[in-house]
Amino acid sequence: MTPEEKRSLQLTAVSVREGILTSTHGAKAGHPGGSLSAADMFTYLYFKEMRIDPRNPRWEDRDRFVLSKGHTAPGLYSALAHRGYFPVEDLPTLRHIDSYLQGHPNMNTVPGVDMSTGSLGQGLSAAAGMAKGAKHLGKDINAYSLLGDGELAEGQIWEATMFAAHYKLDNLCIIADINGLQIDGRTRDVMNTEPVDEKFAAFGCDVVKIDGHDFEQIEAAFARFHANKGSGRPTCILMKTTKGKGVSYMEDNAGWHGKAPNDEEYAKGMEELSEARKALEV
Amino acid sequence: MADVKKVATRDSYGNALKELGAVAENLVVLDADLAGATKTGTFQKAYPDRHFDCGIAEANMINVAAGLSTMGLVPFAATFAMFAAGRAYEQVRNTIGYPHLNVKIGATHGGISVGEDGASHQCCEDFALMRTIPGMTVMCPADDVEARQMVKAAYEMEGPVYMRFGRAATPVFHGEDFKFEIGKGEVLQDGADVAIIATGIMVPEAIEAGKALAEAGISARIINMATIKPLDGELVLKAARECGKIVTVEEHSVIGGLGEAVCALVSENCPVPVKRIGVNDEFGHSGPAAALLEQFGLCAKNIVEQTKKLLGK
Repeated sequence: MTPEEKRSLQLTAVSVREGILTSTHGAKAGHPGGSLSAADMFTYLYFKEMRIDPRNPRWEDRDRFVLSKGHTAPGLYSALAHRGYFPVEDLPTLRHIDSYLQGHPNMNTVPGVDMSTGSLGQGLSAAAGMAKGAKHLGKDINAYSLLGDGELAEGQIWEATMFAAHYKLDNLCIIADINGLQIDGRTRDVMNTEPVDEKFAAFGCDVVKIDGHDFEQIEAAFARFHANKGSGRPTCILMKTTKGKGVSYMEDNAGWHGKAPNDEEYAKGMEELSEARKALEV
Repeated sequence: MADVKKVATRDSYGNALKELGAVAENLVVLDADLAGATKTGTFQKAYPDRHFDCGIAEANMINVAAGLSTMGLVPFAATFAMFAAGRAYEQVRNTIGYPHLNVKIGATHGGISVGEDGASHQCCEDFALMRTIPGMTVMCPADDVEARQMVKAAYEMEGPVYMRFGRAATPVFHGEDFKFEIGKGEVLQDGADVAIIATGIMVPEAIEAGKALAEAGISARIINMATIKPLDGELVLKAARECGKIVTVEEHSVIGGLGEAVCALVSENCPVPVKRIGVNDEFGHSGPAAALLEQFGLCAKNIVEQTKKLLGK
């Protein structure tokens, strides 16, 4: 990755984060914390990794993405809007009664959303179905699914992972956002899911651990996913992140799991992101 | 009916899938370690590459089916009714129903005629659960001929479908010239004193009851209601207007199934007395299917008794 490319992705990630704040502020609700922790991953997926066409969201040979941690829809919507699937100006209508931007992803109303999600534990199975379908049809299509670390307590995640390994879905990339927090507190206190790496490895995945805010590491993880083609092993990227990343008062604070910034907090957050942009533009 | 040909509709399901598989290349079948019992094994034998066993993980199977459907495939997911509609209810509701995906659920072993396995496996709640999901088509065939046509019709329509098939062999009363249509009830015998609306394996019992009632001078209209949702409202209201009294019969709880669907419709549009025959808010238990059906009043004899009672005769 060239320094220029890295800087460009970082700038896009700032825009994606601004969209997360703008949409949750506009909604007066929503989930900024886990959207911000995954903002760099959303950015990389939609601006570098996936074969997609924003002008043709239903292109049948596109790569698929399933947001298994569906409550972080603000992050997905912001990435989609900035990628050109729908107007960025629509983001503040999130969760409004007349908006197509539903509180959790709806594949029938939001262009670019490949699967309706929101009930935790279910998205990975759907992504596994897509990966299996692609293989069955002999198509070179990848399926990606982003999971929360709190979500790993759902038993269905492990049913899906077992299925993926059994059917040798090396075109499936499982990404878990390990920000260490869930609604009720620290994941290790609420329901300890560690050791996550050993669990996914035991279930048959090739596990890659990275810093989820480092684009070079993200790029390397996906290079490994592509290298795993032909191995019959699904790839699992465990990305260590900071919940609320990029907005100082939200960082590593479970209180910002599902709360929107008020006017003052919004202004402060947008100012911080503006500073981050300026620092990158120097 | 000893001389009548009997077939379990789960066998019809497996046979229909196999037949359809020859022409429908995008049809795939999923099972959860019950291919021998649900009879998707019949399809598996013919098309092993299009049969995906998901192991004993029904929730995952339902959502894998959802994912497959978005790739242009038409998945038929099979397991027992208890696990398809019960265990995986929320997966069906949120990841098939809400996005209105083209997934067909073939649930076998519905009702108490599951028999010896007992209450844990005798699902009498599936119509109720599946009916509550917006856009879900809910069906239950009355015999082999109807079941096979239903599978084809489900494949041909776009959208989510729940079909319930039975374990026990039951009489085949339709001729091969029968034409099944989703959402249309079938008048098997005309009558003016009372309408008996039955679904699934209760239909042959209703036919028997109709004969006995005729001997007692009661003219009963016998209706086969294979599609529980969307209900054939026109046919039900016509029966309400013309017969004035309705008996519903289903191998399902009296709560939330065909009986309540009929009650809801007539009470809002043409109020008439309705007697619901079904499982009366209780669990089943182990025993031979035929004996259980009789014990729970899911038989021609009880239909006759209840109908006479409703008519004050």
